[in-house]
Formats: sequence, structure tokens, C-alpha cells
Amino acid sequence: MISLSDYLILSSIIFCIGLVGIFINRKNIITLLMCVELILAAVNTNFIAFSHFLGNEAGQIFVFFILTVAAAEVAIGLAILTLMFRNRGSIDIDITSSLKG
Amino acid sequence: MKLLYLTIVLAPLIGSFFAGFLGNILGRKATHSITILGVLISTVLSFYAFNYHVLEGNDAFNQNIYTWLAFGDLSISVGFLVDNLTAVMLVVVSFVSLMVHIYTIGYMHDDDGYTKFFSYISLFTFAMFMLVMSNNFMQLFFGWEAVGLVSYLLIGFWHHKESAVEANLKAFLVNRVGDLGFLLGIALVLMYFNTLDYVQVFNNLNNIAGITIVDDWSLVTAICILLFIGAMGKSAQVPLHVWLPGSMEGPTPISALIHAATMVTAGIFMVSRMSPLFELSETALMFVMIIGAITALFMGLLGIVQNDIKRVVAYSTLSQLGYMTVALGVSAYSVAIFHLMTHAFFKALLFLAAGSVIVAMHHEQDIRKMGGLKSKMPITYWTSLIGTLALIGFPGFAGFYSKDMIIEAVRYSQLPYADWVYIAVIAGVFITAFYSFRMFFMVFHGQSRVDKHTESHLHESPWSITIPLIALAIPSAFIGFYTIEPMLFTGWLESAIIIDPSHASMEILKSNFISALELISHSIVTWPFWMMFLGVITAWVFSLYRTEWADWIKNKFKGLNYILESLYGFDRLNEIFFVNGFKRLGEFFWKVTDAGFIDKTLVNGSAKLAGFFGSLIRPIQTGFVYHYAFFMILSLLFILTWVLYSGENPLLGLPF
Repeated sequence: MISLSDYLILSSIIFCIGLVGIFINRKNIITLLMCVELILAAVNTNFIAFSHFLGNEAGQIFVFFILTVAAAEVAIGLAILTLMFRNRGSIDIDITSSLKG
Repeated sequence: MKLLYLTIVLAPLIGSFFAGFLGNILGRKATHSITILGVLISTVLSFYAFNYHVLEGNDAFNQNIYTWLAFGDLSISVGFLVDNLTAVMLVVVSFVSLMVHIYTIGYMHDDDGYTKFFSYISLFTFAMFMLVMSNNFMQLFFGWEAVGLVSYLLIGFWHHKESAVEANLKAFLVNRVGDLGFLLGIALVLMYFNTLDYVQVFNNLNNIAGITIVDDWSLVTAICILLFIGAMGKSAQVPLHVWLPGSMEGPTPISALIHAATMVTAGIFMVSRMSPLFELSETALMFVMIIGAITALFMGLLGIVQNDIKRVVAYSTLSQLGYMTVALGVSAYSVAIFHLMTHAFFKALLFLAAGSVIVAMHHEQDIRKMGGLKSKMPITYWTSLIGTLALIGFPGFAGFYSKDMIIEAVRYSQLPYADWVYIAVIAGVFITAFYSFRMFFMVFHGQSRVDKHTESHLHESPWSITIPLIALAIPSAFIGFYTIEPMLFTGWLESAIIIDPSHASMEILKSNFISALELISHSIVTWPFWMMFLGVITAWVFSLYRTEWADWIKNKFKGLNYILESLYGFDRLNEIFFVNGFKRLGEFFWKVTDAGFIDKTLVNGSAKLAGFFGSLIRPIQTGFVYHYAFFMILSLLFILTWVLYSGENPLLGLPF
């Protein structure tokens, strides 16, 4: 029987992979987007696990929303990425710091 | 009667509206017809009111027409108080105004602002009626300010002339100084009487007897002196007289109407109206008398050294206003009003005659460039002779009676310093005669100094100018003779003026008076007559017989001449002390308070403060996404830790 803590540990691992990916990734915005997806996946896992073990379906409905939003986010993110590449000729993170104060 | 008074007031106002707003459409002829018609209606009705109140002796009319404003338990109305005093003023104002309206047709005929001018003088007439017919302090103040406004507009009527603009600004500012005193006086009245209605105030005078304010200043004295400061501004008493000579920059008809006959006498009228108040304060009366005496004597002296025809008459006006003020000071209010009336006629006449000369001379005003105009302008000559004789108080003419009565009233006054004032007013007679005839001789007699081109055009003025001259010459000659007895002694003004029994001048005058004719025959043994005679002789010697003597005296007494020509330095004092003082003060407020404190410290300072805090936090914002994510996670960790380990823990109830 897989317990709740197993799910939580798994989602923690996925979350941390995503997080570390954001921190130490200095190269590529696509990697960044993938890491964000990983983080969202970890959260979704948590939602479903809690929903199942607490017997509350609200969590699973939440997951549907998050999936939708995540899909939209990726679509927009990739669109921005395409434009950025067209304008700057690069998707390197180190050069995208024009919001520096 | 209410409708009648309303018509008197509103007829000129309606005329003014027509002339002002529709003047360009109606054309010149229609404009002057409408305004003159308006004033004519007022004049006829004024004479009717005069007849009704003064001659038939009906009771005074006192009624509120309209509630102007009301707050709390104070309500301020527009109302009319028409008693004998007002009726006399109405006749004087409307008659002189009518004459000036007619005169303007001739004087301004080639001016672009023809219709505007008519609009202004009609508006002035309305404002002056409001002032004299008022039954409360607030409406008095309204009329007071309205005549001041029109005076300002008319002094600067030729606004392309820089000197005219300067003069009207000066008149406006100096009058504000007086108005401050006036307004404070009204405020004191309101504070202690809780009403602004004349009758209610005068009925409650007992309530304020003995009240002192600030350090032992009697309240009555304070009110009276403050009100009189207002009168000093409007009636051009030293030291607030500086605007009146400058007002001669305006067209001559308004010099006659506003700055000689009517508006400047508003102060005299106001003090007479307040006689119950002024009678309670010996100090205030003394103040009034001394200021008047200083004005009468020293402003007359200035007339001697002036060479501008209008300025000589202006200084003469100042001096005569001083005489009226002296009369107020010695409690001879009816004499002051009497002199106000005669002066209105003969001074308007003198101004209009001066204007007639100016028109003939093609706007040359320097009397040194005139001379020998007698044969060229006979009507102007004879009418100004009448005006001048009335001004110097030649026995029989209007000014003789009024001025003589003022001098006699001063003589019998019990006030401290009245003996000095007596000497001043006697000396004033000599000075008046001297400068008046100096001007008269220099303009009309002797060698002609007119330049050739002008001389060939010299001719008598048209009918619109000569008719008012003649119409004003008649009262200038006779009105004193006919009105002295009823006006001063048999009660025309008795009901409107209250005199404290301890001020006995009027009583003594009354007991000494026999008849107007007797005054003429008696005058030959009095001081004023011989002073006047001496003045005329001196004027003749210096301006006709031996003109070089005048230059010799001028060179001999350079210092005195300098003092007189610099007008005692009042202008310079004002410039140095007030103008520069206020400039400095303004500069201080501009540079230190506004630019320094408000702009630099408050406005820019708060922006800079925000900028400073911003610069502290700015390094954190690197623009790199991973830095932001790192901060987010760090913060999340921090918050979660805090939530976990602080007291109430929402996560603790969970099944793991």
C-alpha cells in the first residue's frame, strides 16, 4: 500500500529538482519553463494525494484548473520566447536583465 | 416713495448697461441719449425728493428693500435711508453728474472709448447714489468700493498712457489702505452692536459708552478713527492724499465729477452721517480736525508751484477737502455739508472750464504755455472767473459763505489745538487766493505764450461744453447766498445730524448770524477777506506785473522750492518705505518661503526622500529571474518556518 508520505516525498523530490533547475540554470529559458512545469507537477501530485486520502474531490478539480493554466502559460511563454529570439537573436538568460533597477 | 427711490438709483444703472453692452450696436448718439436720459430722470426725481423731505419737511424714509445676505441672526439688507442729508447729497450728485454727462458729449467726441466712457460715468452715478442712500454700513461699503472701482477704471481710461496706468494703480492701492481702516471700523461696529443698520446702531450708543479695548482705548474712539481712516483714503487727506493729484491723468469730465465734486466728498458725507458716533469721542474729533488742517494748509501750498492746469485745481480740491474735514472736526457737520455742496458746484465748474481750455489748446495742460485766452474764449473766461471767485471766497459768492462759516466755527471751537487750526485755515485763505488767481491770470491774461499753430485754431468750445459751464456758474455764484440760512441755522439738516451740547460752535454761529447780506458787509473787517485780498494782489504781482520776481524768489529760496516741488517727499517716502519694503517682503516670501521652503524642502524634498529609499533597495533588483526565484523561495521558507514554529499551527491537525 502506498502511503500519503510516499506521495509527498515524491512530490518534494520533483519540486526540488524544479527549484534547483531554476537556480542553477544560467543558460536557457526553455529549461526555465520546463522547471516551472516540474514545480507545477509536484504541486498537482500533492493535490491529488491529499484529495484521495482526505476524500475530498475539490483537490482533483483544482488540478484540472492548474493543468489548464499551466498549458496556457507554456503557450504564452513559448510565444514570448519566439519573439525574443527573433528580436535579440538569443534566448540566453544572462542577457535578459533589462529590468535591472 | 419706495418706487421713486428705486428709480433714482436704477435709472443710471440701466443707462450704464445699455451704454456698456450695447454701445457699439446703438451708436454714439443713442448711447449718450440713453445715459443722459437715465441721469436726467434721477436728477428730476432727486429734486422732487429734496422738495418732499427738505422743503415740505416730511419724515425721513427708512426701509429695507431686499435681503442681501443672512447668516445666523445677522441679516444684511439693501435699504434706503433718505433724510434731509441724503436729499441734499442726491441733488448735488445728480445735478453735477448730469452736467458732466452733457459736457462729455463735447469733450470726448473724438475719443474711441466714447460709449465706454458714458457707461462708466453712469455706473459711477449709480454707485454714488447707493452710497448716499444706504441705510446700513454694508451697503455704504458697497457704494464706497463701487465708486472706487469706477474711479480706478476712469483714471486709467487712456490705458495706452503709462502714467495713467500707474496713476490708477496708485489710486486703487492707496484707497485699499483707507478701506482697511474702514472695514475694521465696520467690523468693530458689528462686533459690539451686532447690527449694521444705522438707526439701530445710533439708538444703542449708550450700550458702548465706557467700553475700552486694547490698552484703555475707548471703543468709540477706535471705531471713529478707523472709520475716519477710510474717509482719509477716499477724501484724500494727508497722508493718504497722494493718489488724488495722480488721478488727473484721467479725462477731465471725471476729474470734475469724481475727483472734485462727488466721490472724494464721500468721506465727508460718511462722517456727517456718523455724527452721533463721532460726537461721543473728543479724541477722534481732534484727530479729524488736525488732519483736516494739515491737508488744508499744506496741500494748498503745493498748488502754488504746480504748472499743470489740472494739477493746480487738484491741489485746490485737496485743500478744500481739508477745510471740510476741519469743519467735521469742530462738530460743524452742516457747515461741512454746506461747503461740500458749494464746492461741488464751483469745483466742477473750474474743472470743466479747465477742460474747455485744454480742448481749445489741443490737450496742452501747461499754464506756462497759455496766456491771453480771455478774448478767445469769453464764456470759459467769465465762468471760470465766477468759479475762481467762489473758490477763494469772494464776498457774495458761494464759497465765501461756506468757507467763512468753517473759519468761524473753528474760531469758536473748544477743542484743544483749535487755535492753531484757526491760524492754519486763515493762512489757507491767502494761499487759496494766491494759487487760484495765479492760474487764472496765467491762463487768461497777460501775453499769449501759445504756439503759433495752436493759436490759429483757438476758439470757444461747442455748446455741449459751454452749457454745463453756465449751468454750474449760476449755483456757484448764488447758492451760498440763498441756502446758508436754511441749511445751517433753520434746520434743513438738524434732523440728520446730532451735535453734543458741549460742542458749542454751531450754537454760537447761530446766535451770531443775522442775515446773508450782513455777512457780506461785515466781511470787510474780518481776517479772511483781507487774506484773500492780499492773495489776489500777490498773484497779480507775481504772474502779471513782475513775473521776474517769481523767478528771483524761486532762486533765493531753493530749499523751500525743492520741498514744495518734491511734494513734501510723500511719494518718495512711499516709494522707499512701502513700495520697496513690500518688494523686499515679497522677495523674501518668494525666495525663502516659496522657492526655498515649499519648493525645495516640501515638494522636491519628499520626492528626494522616496528616491533615497529607492536607491537603498535598488541593488536587489538585478533583473535575473533566478535571483528573483531564489528570493521567493527563501522568503517562502522563512514564512513557513515562522508559521510552523509560532504558537497556533494550522498544519498540526493534519493526518501525517
